[in-house]
Amino acid sequence: MATELSLGSRAAPDRLRRHAGKILALAALLVWLAAGAPPREVFAPLWEWSPALLKGFALNILISLLAIGLGTLLGLAIGALNLSPLRLLRLPGWLWVQAFRNAPLLVLIYFTTYVFPFEIRVAGHYLPFPDWLKVTLGLALPASANVAEVFRGAVASIPATQWEAARSLGFGRGQILRAIILPQCCKRMLPPWMNLYAVITMGTALASLVGVHDLIDTAQIATNTVNRVGFTVLIYASVLGLFFAYCYPISRFTRYLERRHAFQ
Amino acid sequence: MPSNDSCAPLIALRDLHLSFADTRVLRGIDLDVQRGQAVSIIGPSGSGKSTLLRCITGLLRPQRGQIRVGDTAVHELRSDAEFIALRKRVGFVFQQYNLFPHLSVLENLTIAPCKVLGRERREAQDEARRLLGKVRLEHKEHAYPGELSGGQQQRVAIARALAMRPELILFDEVTSALDPETVGEVLRTIRELIEEGMTCVLVTHEMRFAEEISDAVYFTEHGVIVEHGSPRQLFNEPRSPRTRAFLQHALGRGERERRPLVPAGAAAR
Repeated sequence: MATELSLGSRAAPDRLRRHAGKILALAALLVWLAAGAPPREVFAPLWEWSPALLKGFALNILISLLAIGLGTLLGLAIGALNLSPLRLLRLPGWLWVQAFRNAPLLVLIYFTTYVFPFEIRVAGHYLPFPDWLKVTLGLALPASANVAEVFRGAVASIPATQWEAARSLGFGRGQILRAIILPQCCKRMLPPWMNLYAVITMGTALASLVGVHDLIDTAQIATNTVNRVGFTVLIYASVLGLFFAYCYPISRFTRYLERRHAFQ
Repeated sequence: MPSNDSCAPLIALRDLHLSFADTRVLRGIDLDVQRGQAVSIIGPSGSGKSTLLRCITGLLRPQRGQIRVGDTAVHELRSDAEFIALRKRVGFVFQQYNLFPHLSVLENLTIAPCKVLGRERREAQDEARRLLGKVRLEHKEHAYPGELSGGQQQRVAIARALAMRPELILFDEVTSALDPETVGEVLRTIRELIEEGMTCVLVTHEMRFAEEISDAVYFTEHGVIVEHGSPRQLFNEPRSPRTRAFLQHALGRGERERRPLVPAGAAAR
């Protein structure tokens, strides 16, 4: 029993140190709740608004998923273009990557919002082209440029000796890429790709600036409607908490994958 | 020196020159390998031995000179298809093995026969298992390269080259990256290939092995062939003082790290 006790007491400070950040955050929240807020009038409207907030956040997630999906498809195509031995094919890919990697997200979102019409005519029918879809495109552009760059980096990280070995066995260039290089790239691309997804997800917060009814926009409306300082602080803290709850596990999982990859 | 008596050599290099930027790596190499022969190339590091092997299979292109492998004039090849046709006939084993890490041992052996030669999958697998037995790794077909020792990886690499059924195999310092205790198993595999009559060109630092298994030995230094001849002549009565100096140094070191060689009937060849 004595040993168990001593073991426990030795493990406890270690655990404290490892989770110091979380414990501090929790303590701060408790102090704030106890000291600052008269809970009743503030929490009741938050409860009322929470379905609208969650609906807004669902739109953020939808935009982020579509943007990363579209950006990945586009980015892989552009990345393939950048691997071409022909300079003429590499040039447009290079321009695309440089242009969209080096532009602020907000500028690209304004760009896609005002460049595209609000409806598209397809075979005599007018299809609506809503703002949230335009924002998705605005985020897919930088996503594609970054995916292309991640792809290029992964291919470049495969040692030249793999190419040489495959060439010595009589493989052609395209065969080497498909059968030898790309399968080895997937694992290396996953961590930076997930990192990019977290960045894109956080970028969806900008959608509110062009009038998309996302989480931030809903929070603004709620704030103006309730018009109470305590509530304003609380609702933005909730918004923060929602984004954190979604993005933090992604970044933790990414770090786990990176560590595992480093040992292989 | 090249003899045209019985049959043309399988490999013939004439006046090969190659430079990387300002560094002249090969400065006029002549070399002949007859079909069924084992030829060793020895010499100090940086004397262009590995470059020479890469020229033979078209991985590097010399600036001047001629390379013939059978009927193929390698120095005249231009298109990918022509190089691929050449490399189907010439196996290459690398110092660092260069197995494909994402594929199992069996897949490493079957991917080229299936994708390059268009062989049936089942047939390629049967052949691969037979070759794994030959290099004594039949129990490792499902392992991945990262799980094998250096010596095991190198034997898989030899089997991978054999799976293409090449006419000749080039060995580029295949034991240099290995732990001393695994060198023997790789040398044993190579010895058996030579005994079966496979044409082999070996760049090696294993002097005693070269002396024992070679039909001819070439000594290179600073991008030229200083001397060549039968192993007995070159190792025991070197004509060039530079060969003598190199051998004294290399064998002196070899004596200290001497390991038991696998008993062999190859010495008589």
